[in-house]
Amino acid sequence: MRRRPIFLISVLCFGFAFFYIPILSMIVYSFNGSRLATVWGGFSTKWYVSLFSNRQVGAALLLSLKIALISATMATILGTMAGIALARFRRFKGRLFFSGMVTAPLIMPDVITGISSLMLFILMAEWIGWPATRGFTTITLAHITFSMVYVTTIVQSRLISAERDIEEAAMDLGSKPWQVLWDITLPVIFPAILSGWLLAFTISLDEVVITSFTTGPGNTTLPLLIWSKVKLGVTPDINALATIIVLVVGIGVVIAGWLMNRAEKQRDRDARLAYRANE
Amino acid sequence: MQDPFVRIEGVSKLFGAFQAVRDVNLTVGKGEIFALLGGSGCGKTTLLRMLAGFEEPSAGRIFLDGQDMTGVPPWERPVHMMFQSYALFPHMSVEKNVAYGLKHERMTKAEREERVRAMLDLVQLTQFAHRKPHQISGGQRQRVALARALARQPKLLLLDEPLAALDKKLREQTQFELMSIQERTGVTFIVVTHDQEEAMTLADRIAVMDKGQVRQSGTPTDIYEYPNSRFVAGFIGSITSFDGRVTAVEGEVSRVDVPGLGTEIVARSVAGAASGQAVTVALRPEKVTLTRDRLEGPNAIAGEIKDIAYFGKDSLYRVTLPSGQLIAVHGVNAKRAEAGRPDWHDKVWLSFDPAAAILLTE
Repeated sequence: MRRRPIFLISVLCFGFAFFYIPILSMIVYSFNGSRLATVWGGFSTKWYVSLFSNRQVGAALLLSLKIALISATMATILGTMAGIALARFRRFKGRLFFSGMVTAPLIMPDVITGISSLMLFILMAEWIGWPATRGFTTITLAHITFSMVYVTTIVQSRLISAERDIEEAAMDLGSKPWQVLWDITLPVIFPAILSGWLLAFTISLDEVVITSFTTGPGNTTLPLLIWSKVKLGVTPDINALATIIVLVVGIGVVIAGWLMNRAEKQRDRDARLAYRANE
Repeated sequence: MQDPFVRIEGVSKLFGAFQAVRDVNLTVGKGEIFALLGGSGCGKTTLLRMLAGFEEPSAGRIFLDGQDMTGVPPWERPVHMMFQSYALFPHMSVEKNVAYGLKHERMTKAEREERVRAMLDLVQLTQFAHRKPHQISGGQRQRVALARALARQPKLLLLDEPLAALDKKLREQTQFELMSIQERTGVTFIVVTHDQEEAMTLADRIAVMDKGQVRQSGTPTDIYEYPNSRFVAGFIGSITSFDGRVTAVEGEVSRVDVPGLGTEIVARSVAGAASGQAVTVALRPEKVTLTRDRLEGPNAIAGEIKDIAYFGKDSLYRVTLPSGQLIAVHGVNAKRAEAGRPDWHDKVWLSFDPAAAILLTE
């Protein structure tokens, strides 16, 4: 009887160690006083100081955030529309083909998406003169293209499980389909849309492969900057940067989890109260 | 009934090769409660959805108050529906749910608020106006759905299994509430239900549906006392049926020979039952009298009690007939037990009036 918990606990510890030792060692080494990544030179915060005075990092972060914000928002709008179309339209010709086409990019290797985006941008520049240079616009367009798929998938699965009844009820009460979409469907699936946006945002924020294909001179996003720096050897300021990112993401996850948990508890309490009132 | 308020004319609905509704003709009068009764998959819900405008008939037409509803989308029909799941908008308060349909009405803010208040009053939910649907109980949700559907003062209210999601006690109470609300508002109700008791108590008239067809329509009494087919007789209430052959038609009554019964049955004649024809005689348990001694009268069958289910105020006897067939007989326990009620394995006589025997040719 006592063996199993021990086995389970050791598996759990091993799993956690597997995940977190690399991150922990990175965090520890970000406080390394030595210039060499492999030699411990005493505790120091100088890499954080140098990071904050580094304009290159600041510019890259800003560009990444800008691209992530715009591409996530656009991808959410387009992806939600596609998701609604796929979930709600009655059988139309080529529906299966269309839904297959929408989800295919999920399994498409990034390199292929990157190369094909690059080819398209080069051809477009040649034929219609736009986009003239590669950079912010082309990266954003490419990011919209692949992150839209995630939003579509999330929204579509939420709509399939949602009750069709409430949309019919709204229609029955005098609302035209577009009003139903605005009054009922979108508010009800809003959490799914929000999580789609968050997913698109995070994916865009740490995308390297497709970005490196579609970027142009002078447009370095944060992941690209880290990538290019690491090619010259892991320096402690990268560790510091990564530590900050881990911290920000970690805090975000904890807050989101706490909020969701609280909402759920509130819901449970309400349901119990309603049930008791009925007795 | 003068010009019918709702007229369903030769309506059929095909889903691919499956015929959900076939050639239904019905009329519903203004202010009536009409029930569509049938088992699952009988087409009653499809018919309701065609009335609401969610489905278009494959053939036939629906008229409401003289107006052809063909091609009129749901949002333009003066018809509202109460969904089986209630379909309340989860992100809106009770009040907003009720007010939702009113935003399409030309009315001032004050008028709108007044209407919502009146509706919440009608269903006694004023104190819950600001709650969200998940914060109220099932019975309260049902009433919100009703108030929401009635708020725009529809010409016709469709109710899809309105009581199915409630527990038994609440169901009875809600049934009477529904009837009183219908009386006060005067709105025509069409109710879909699979529960025959619910249909009998609620409705002024019932249409019994099976396999997409209306098998019989009429008042609850018509349908219970004068079913036109074995299906309807068996669906509404319980029956014991005997297959036989008409030997003679003597005006008011017909004589039916039932093999193995040891006697013929005299039943009230019906149109279409001629001498020599194969028929079914259906008997309701409460129309048969069970006695120790043979009663005077045309119908008397000997039998032996096999089973007694004692419910207190009444009992249900199962009696074996000479043919081996079992017949259910209902007895009211008007006297106390010591008066000597029939017991297990007692030899008894069953008698019934010719008018109580239902002759079915279909």
